[in-house]
Amino acid sequence: MHKALKKYFPVFVFPTLIPFVISFLIPVVMGIYLSFTKFTTVSNATFVGLENYKQLFSSGDNFLHALWFTVRFTVVSTLTVNLFAFALALLLTKGLPGTNFFRTVFFMPNLIGGIVLGYIWQLIINGLLSGLGVDITYSASYGFGGMILLTNWQLIGYMMIIYIAALQNIPREMKEVAAIDGANAWQSLRHITLPLVMPAVTICFFLTLTNSFKMFDQNYALTGGAPGRQTSMLALDIFQTFYGSVGSEGVGQAKAVVFFILVAIMAGVQLYFTRRREVDA
Amino acid sequence: MTHVRGKITTVATIAFLSLLCLLFVLPIFIVLFNSFKGQFFIANAPFALPNTDTFVGLLNYKNGIAKIGFFSAFGYSLLITVLSVFGILLTASMTAWYVTRVRGRGVKALYYALVFSMIVPFQMVMFTMSRVANLLHLENPLGIVVLYIGFGAGMSVFMFSGFVRGIPVALEEAAEIDGCNPIKTFFYVVFPLLKPTAIMIAILNAMWIWNDYLLPYLVIGSQYRTIPVAVQYLQGGYGSRDMGALMAMLILAIIPIIIFYAFSQKSIISGVVAGAVKG
Repeated sequence: MHKALKKYFPVFVFPTLIPFVISFLIPVVMGIYLSFTKFTTVSNATFVGLENYKQLFSSGDNFLHALWFTVRFTVVSTLTVNLFAFALALLLTKGLPGTNFFRTVFFMPNLIGGIVLGYIWQLIINGLLSGLGVDITYSASYGFGGMILLTNWQLIGYMMIIYIAALQNIPREMKEVAAIDGANAWQSLRHITLPLVMPAVTICFFLTLTNSFKMFDQNYALTGGAPGRQTSMLALDIFQTFYGSVGSEGVGQAKAVVFFILVAIMAGVQLYFTRRREVDA
Repeated sequence: MTHVRGKITTVATIAFLSLLCLLFVLPIFIVLFNSFKGQFFIANAPFALPNTDTFVGLLNYKNGIAKIGFFSAFGYSLLITVLSVFGILLTASMTAWYVTRVRGRGVKALYYALVFSMIVPFQMVMFTMSRVANLLHLENPLGIVVLYIGFGAGMSVFMFSGFVRGIPVALEEAAEIDGCNPIKTFFYVVFPLLKPTAIMIAILNAMWIWNDYLLPYLVIGSQYRTIPVAVQYLQGGYGSRDMGALMAMLILAIIPIIIFYAFSQKSIISGVVAGAVKG
């Protein structure tokens, strides 16, 4: 079979390979090259070496500010989302009536697209702030809080489902034995439940982390970076650099390369943790 | 005594969860009742229910649908999502079978390139990809399907490969002895076995493509608007937008998702979990 299959390369691989080359491989290679050039359209690129990279790390550029904002946002959202999701999962694995219904409702916001989510929360947050006579564009901390609220609303249900699956895999006997040995609820959670759901914790942490770090749609619709570009996260900052003003495309592309390297590092760390866990188990 | 206390805790927990549930759906209900209020009564008092002064019936829906061409946006979203999902299922499953069964350096390189593409953020290729798409005249609803097949390939081939490895090679060899060529073997033997995985991959891709904003905006946004692009289009300059139409369009954008969720809730949830654990 496999000798016969080998000849069918064009039939089985071209339909994936050709779109993949067009939409990914060529653009990535071009993108890396263009980050060392100055250009407005691709054809007029002139090589400028590391100029774009110097520019994005200079104090006049928004990039470092966006990076810092993104890091703060990512840390807070990862912690809050996972804490709430885990607590909900604990409540929903006690065999209470209505559990399925609650699960369905909590998961639902996850299906709504980022642009729509952004405008839903813009309405709510502006409504809450109207008592103070301001709106979300008034201060970066309102935008930050709004993003955290939105992200929690969107991701809690998703992470909760993963935690529930993990909690349901814990053998009932283990907790019963612990109870007989005199363990209280906290001890049982700390020494039995938590160690057994650690794989799920790793998955959920990295899912929230990468999701928050790469967030674009929600940020774009909710604050659009306002006030100024103070609440632009990395993805939005790159977009604004590309399309906000003519002539800074090279800098935008260089930012995209740095952004990619940061995301790749996160993926590497995740792989390391997942692999290590597999060895332990 | 402990029994009574247990019961009280149960009731208290359910009450607490119900309250949380209400809080979770509240944002959508707030948008819903605002969609029936006149556009100047929304931003200042979003938490006020419509009353005889502010109620405008379906006016916002009428205005919104006309302003953004909601039905054509819905049509484009549906067309692009359905074609892309079927395209991805077909091409990714075929390629996954090939790269799992055939050994060789080229095949291995392709597989790693596909896996690698999963971690590259869209911003990295956003500008150059729209240039390439322009050059190849892919800036139409069918052309964008090609781009989605390319972008979806990474995750989908990766996930399909994981399941192809679990299929006994003996099954395929039996088909070959019975006179099947690889194409027949794939469609009669391999693909039917991949069906549960295919459903999961279809759901993950459908959710991504239906809600995707940047790719359709950059590639076809000037001529063909999908739902997210159409909703964003309503924004206009800050302050000058029609809040009523925006509320109505948010509701119309959510309705198809809720209907889809109601019908395939179980497979959506299990698909998302399996996707998360795999990826």
